[in-house]
Amino acid sequence: MVAQTQEAGTNWFSRARTVAKPGYSRWMVPPAALCVHLCIGQAYAYSVFNLPMTKLIGITESAPDDWKLTELGWIFSLAIFFLGVSSAVFGRWVEEGGPRKAMFTAACCWAAGFFISAIGVSIHNLWVIYLGYGVLGGIALGIGYISPVSTLIKWFPDRPGMATGMAIMGFGGGAFIASPLSVWLMRKFTTDTHVGVMETFIVLGVVYFIFMVVGSIIVRVPPADWKPEGYVAPKENKLISKNDVFVYDALKTPQFWLIWVILCVNTTAGIGVLGQASAMSQEMFPGLITPIAAAGLVGLMSLFNMGGRFAWATTSDFIGRKNTYFVFMVLGFILYCLVPYTGSIGSVAGFVVCFCIIISMYGGGFSTVPAYLRDMFGTRYVGAIHGLLLTAWSAAGIFGPVLVNYIRQYNITHNVPKAQAYNTTMYIMAGLFVIGFICNLAVRAVNERHHMKAEREALAAAN
Amino acid sequence: MNDMNEKRTTPLQLILAWGFVGIPLVWGVLQTLANAMKLFIH
Repeated sequence: MVAQTQEAGTNWFSRARTVAKPGYSRWMVPPAALCVHLCIGQAYAYSVFNLPMTKLIGITESAPDDWKLTELGWIFSLAIFFLGVSSAVFGRWVEEGGPRKAMFTAACCWAAGFFISAIGVSIHNLWVIYLGYGVLGGIALGIGYISPVSTLIKWFPDRPGMATGMAIMGFGGGAFIASPLSVWLMRKFTTDTHVGVMETFIVLGVVYFIFMVVGSIIVRVPPADWKPEGYVAPKENKLISKNDVFVYDALKTPQFWLIWVILCVNTTAGIGVLGQASAMSQEMFPGLITPIAAAGLVGLMSLFNMGGRFAWATTSDFIGRKNTYFVFMVLGFILYCLVPYTGSIGSVAGFVVCFCIIISMYGGGFSTVPAYLRDMFGTRYVGAIHGLLLTAWSAAGIFGPVLVNYIRQYNITHNVPKAQAYNTTMYIMAGLFVIGFICNLAVRAVNERHHMKAEREALAAAN
Repeated sequence: MNDMNEKRTTPLQLILAWGFVGIPLVWGVLQTLANAMKLFIH
């Protein structure tokens, strides 16, 4: 009765209205999460617009007043930067406001980002697109990324890795839908005198809004102290905390910063090769890998990126989060050391296998980290802490491409053959994994002085 | 006696929810797989 009165006094977006009633299946939550992640995962496919947007005036080829690729590259960079910023800034609001409010806000920002960008294309003003897709879209990325993940962790205390893996797999898979869909839409709207980018943005904005709102309608949070039927709490394990840590107290722990470095290392290594895989494979294997085959390799790596998100996070439920990252660091080190060797013996198969496994671990690093945070800091503020941690992604977004591109350029200007221009970078990446290994080794249980006070007292009273 | 507040999720709701996200995802994966095959066809 009290609960009903409380519920009546709240609006549809409030957390109280999203508390699941008895009989609600928790298996409705992964599709709700996927509704959001599949949409915001479009960010990985944004590059399909780059070339058409360099011909908005010239139509068949770039005119002098058309935008340059270097200028357009900032749209994606801004979006990723604001992903990190917004997830860090709004993390606590997302956690306390509930998933429906957060997912609906993300839907509004994401759709508005596309609509404003459509205006930017229509009036040919790049700053409007920076504001639309870059800033507003980036905010949607941050809020939309952390909210479903945090909700899933609360619904699946028995399989947190698998649950977050499902959602974050959707973020990787979103590009698979967005890429062919955007190309198809642009083809439909393009005429002899007009490139159909603006109309494509409008259609995508509408479709994504509907999809994300459906997610916000069906999402629910579990009642307090809810546990799945037959749930058995994990055996006593120092690395799986039963206590919660307040979001800003987590920043005072060495564990947060150690995991930050681990995620940054893993992401730097993956992002550096993901963006350059096409050019790198053709330069390392001239004549053996054609441009078409290189495009195929990028597609294959994307599949491993998506599959790795689910497979590695699920594996972490069985072998533990710390051990999973040990596998990433050791295997990553070995594989990066092997890549130059595959180039020297001309083994395309060896090269493809190495990169596909590396990229699966890149994806796995993203999907396993929320469960690692839950193990360390409890479930209460895991979404907000996850948001703060995603700044590691923003940092890696700068380090990774810089390491690959600038070192390659340096080698080429110093007369290193193109086929060997990436070797130094590969060894540096391997070295980064050694740093990650040491950080992972240093991760211990969070000191109890960081646990939330009320819970500490309740636990003491119970004992 | 059933809880008056109970709202049991039906199998149809689950199928619809998973189909809503699963069908586009499978379509996208198949499209990507078709492109990835170019790596192995010379």
